[in-house]
Formats: sequence, structure tokens, C-alpha cells
Amino acid sequence: MKEKSVKAAKRYRSLNRSLGGDIGVYILLALVGSVMVLPLIYAIAQSLKPLDELWIFPPRFFVVNPTLKNFGDLFRLMRTSWVPFSRYIFNTVFYSVVGTAGNVLLSSMAAYAISKIKFPGRNFLFSIIIYSLMFNATVTGITNFITMSALHMVDSIYAIIIPAWCTTFGLYLMKQFMESSVPDEVLESARLEGAGELKIFAKIAMPMVKPAWITLIIFAFNGLWNAGANMYVYSEQLKTFNYAIGQILAGGIARSGAAAASTVITMIVPIIVFIITQSSIIQTMSTSGMKD
Amino acid sequence: MSVKTVVQDSKPVLRKDISKFAWTLKEMRKNGAAYLMIAPFFILFFVFTVVPVLLSIVISFTTFNMLEFPKWIFMDNYIRLLLDDEIFLIAIKNTIVFAILTGPLSYLLSLFFAWFINELRPKIRAFVTLIFYAPSIAGNVYLIWIILFSGDQYGLVNGLLMDLNIINSPILFFQDTRFIMPLIIAVALWSSLGTSFLTFIAGFQVVDKSLYEAGAVDGIKNRWQELWFITLPTMRPQMMLGAILAITGSFGFGGIITALVGFPSPDYVAHTIMHHLEDYGGMRFELGYSSAIATILFFMMLGANLLVTRLLRKVGT
Repeated sequence: MKEKSVKAAKRYRSLNRSLGGDIGVYILLALVGSVMVLPLIYAIAQSLKPLDELWIFPPRFFVVNPTLKNFGDLFRLMRTSWVPFSRYIFNTVFYSVVGTAGNVLLSSMAAYAISKIKFPGRNFLFSIIIYSLMFNATVTGITNFITMSALHMVDSIYAIIIPAWCTTFGLYLMKQFMESSVPDEVLESARLEGAGELKIFAKIAMPMVKPAWITLIIFAFNGLWNAGANMYVYSEQLKTFNYAIGQILAGGIARSGAAAASTVITMIVPIIVFIITQSSIIQTMSTSGMKD
Repeated sequence: MSVKTVVQDSKPVLRKDISKFAWTLKEMRKNGAAYLMIAPFFILFFVFTVVPVLLSIVISFTTFNMLEFPKWIFMDNYIRLLLDDEIFLIAIKNTIVFAILTGPLSYLLSLFFAWFINELRPKIRAFVTLIFYAPSIAGNVYLIWIILFSGDQYGLVNGLLMDLNIINSPILFFQDTRFIMPLIIAVALWSSLGTSFLTFIAGFQVVDKSLYEAGAVDGIKNRWQELWFITLPTMRPQMMLGAILAITGSFGFGGIITALVGFPSPDYVAHTIMHHLEDYGGMRFELGYSSAIATILFFMMLGANLLVTRLLRKVGT
């Protein structure tokens, strides 16, 4: 039985596939893959180089005597900033967690209603969502400043957190996934038993779309984690880790080692998170297509 | 529209029994819970996305600085932008060049490499996916390109070129107008295999495998025919979303440009509409004028998206 399926798999692999084509594909993957990954490896190598290897001619790609001194330098630089660095780290974590939680809650609730309750206006609302995928936040930047000053949100944590609660792409992903993975019959029978929509959403629909909200958490979290300067926030003590790191790096090329160390620190979190959640994300994205 | 029934007090009311308006009202009252559930999201969405777009169109016909009440000047902002502002014309040109190069290239890179990766075995596939996707999520790691192309002999590229005697003195890559545009396009592409790439990766995995066997019977001979006649038509929904994400993304690299070459860029070679907007909105506080810039950008993005999604509907037909 097992042998048979292996054989079938082998036959499938060779279906419409020539050896030459396979080799070509592998070569292309290896070439472009190296271009993708080499800058990342270079960042890591650079962050581990001692001073004399950073300033060597001709420069070397890899590190010979790795040291953690650059990370030490980075932390020393952090301590010299007048707002304690722990504050920036706290801000980033706080914005990421609160922003992500609100985003997941609000967009999955709305996505449930749009995909599973047949109320007048749902198609109209969803088409606005599609249109709003077609432009980015640059367009609304100026007028949002006017709105936010009218609401007294400028230079407060709300200017960062509240807009993060209503990302269009989050609602879009949730809606597509709910539509294809939550069977209507299950919801109908719960309704017949007298359960309210909010309860059905929380107790039945949400557990069924776990991959989707994991994905949404990752996307929202990455967005907030990687956020640098926010144009609506001036106070130093409200700014993020990424912004503060950028300021340190702006200190000049003499800090090239510490600069590399900082890029390594900021890249490590999203990459690890993606490794852990990759299968959920791929599963969610498979339903994300736009039907016309 | 088909005839729908509304179950209420166990007595079905037929859609055709009552006027459309009354039926809609009845449906709305029945689904009160749904409106409560969408309210939090959509109130914020309207406040922070829909209203700003409309407001920006209105303000673009005024002169406004936040201190005085806006004054209606009709098309003056647009006339000034297109006839008097030479830097804006540079910005439009750069934005279009940048979008035309990075948008389609990033889209094709995402699509073809997702296809190639799909040929690998699952474990390796997950690893290679990570390699291609990592640059787009890895925070500000694109800053490493500044070190790679650093303008002194210790920068890796300059060092190598000098060591090989190709050049005698280091090139200031991010200051030299000949290199800025190609370099930022390279960095933008490098970091652009993001969400649309994942959409394609997922799309290739869910294509019904039996279609390939049926296709082979029907005379599909090689992987290209398989891609064009079977895979892409079944993946059209993913291709639509991927296109929208790629196009919208291709207008959104302003931050990377500023980080790499500074603002304003030397001789405005990398000055885009995003930068012009930041200049007039964020620094000079000419909100009417900058709203006109934002409005033009809005219609450019929307237009590009609608055009391309229309074209994509034709794939495989």
C-alpha cells in the first residue's frame, strides 16, 4: 500500500516534468535564493565582527573571530539615550500586543457578520473594503492628521493603537477564510437552538478559523513591531524601539558594527514567529484569493 | 433576484409580498446583531480610511493651514501642481517609473518563484519559502544594504571592486545619481516578496492535483502548458489579490527610499509623490496643496489597480 502511493507520487512528480527543466528550476532557485539570503547572512556576519575585521581592506564577507562585542556596544549606546531604552521596548511590546488584540477582535467580529449573516448592505461594505486595498496609508496621512487633532489623539498612544484596530487586509483575510471554512449548516443549527450571534461567533466560528486569526495576529504584530517613526507622535517617551534604533544608527558609520547588531535583533523576532506559524499562514492565504 | 423567505413568528413572509424597501427594513431589524458586530470595525474604518479619502478630495480644492478656516480656491492647487511645480513633475515621473518597474517585476518574481518552490518537497519547500519571504518581514534589515554599498573602501562592494582593480577610488553609491535609482529598485524588489508571494505559495498548494492528470490525458506536454492552461486559471483569485497587493506596494516604497538615500535625495533623482506629500504636508503644513497631491496619488493607485485587475480577468481565457 505504502509502496504504491510512493510510486504514484513519483509518477506524479515526473508528470509534464523534464529533467532539464527541473535542473533549470533548481539553479534559478539557488541563484535567486542566494541573492535573497546573502544580505541577511552578511548582517549577521557583520554583527559578529570585531573592530579590526570591520575596518579591513579588502573587506571580507564572513567573520573570522566572532565576538558579541557589537551587541554589548549597542546596549551601551542604548543606555546613553535620555529616555531609558526599556521604555522604547515597552512601547513596542505594548503597541504590538494591544494593537494586535483589538485588530483581531474587531476584524473577526465584522468578518463573521459579513460572511455569515445575510444582512442588507454587506456586499456594499465588502466592496468598499476591496477598494480600500487598492491604495495605501500615504493617501490618508494628511487628512488623518486633521481628524486626529480634532479628536485630540495627536501625540498620544491612541494615535498608534486605534488606527491599528481597523486594518482592511485583516478584515479581508478573515472574511475570505470564514466564508470557505465555516459551514453554514453548523451555524444554522446553533441558531435553531436559540444561540445568539455573538455567542455563535465566539463559541463556534472562532475555534474553526484558528489558522486565520493566527495569521492575522502575525501580520498585525509584524506591522506594529516593525513600525518606525509615527507621524502623529512627537514625544520621545512614546516612540518605538525601531525608531530609537534608527536614531542610534544615524549616529554614523563608526557604529557600523552596532548597526548590524541592531538589524539582527529586529529581524530575529519576525523570522522566528514566521517559522513557528508558517503552516497556519499558508493555510489562511490559500483562501485569500479574490473571486470576481 | 430569487424569492427569499423571511421566517418570523413561524409565519413565512415572501419577498415578493411586500415592497423592496419594507423588506429591507424588516431584514435590517431582524439582523440587528450583525450591525452591532460590524459597528466597532466599520466606525473606525470610516473615521480613519473612508472619511480621510473624501475629506482629502474636498480639501484639495482649498487653501488650508490648520489655523485659519479653509478658503475655497477650486482648481488652483492642481494648476499650481501641474504647471508651476517642476519638482512635482519629477516626483510623478519617478513614482511612475518606480511603480512600473517594481510592481510587475515583484509580481512576476513572486509568482514564478512560488511556482518553482512548489516543485520542491514539503520540508525543503517550507525552508526555501522562509528564505524568499524573510527580507520582507525582517524589520529594517534593508539598512544592511547601506553597509554593503557603503561609500568607502570598507564597504563590501567598493572593497571588492577596488581589490579587483575595476575602480581606483570608492563610489558613493547612495549619493551618485547614476546608481541611486537602480539600487533602490533592487532593494525594493529584494524586500517585496511579501504577502502576495505567500498568497501564491498557498495558491499553488491547493490546486486540485487530479486536474494535472486529466490535463496530461488531454495533451498537456510540459510544465509551461500546465501552468498556463491549468494552474493559472484555477489560481485567478490569488492572482487578483496578489496583483492588488503588488501594485499598492509598488507605490509604498517611500520609506525605504528615505532610509537609503535620505530626503531630499540628491538632485531629486529618487523624489516620489510620497516625498512631495511629506514635504508639503508634514513640513510646510500646506494642507490644501498636499491634499491635492494625495488625491492625485489616490487616483493613480486606484486607476492602476482597476486597470490591471481588469486585464487579469482575461488570463487563461
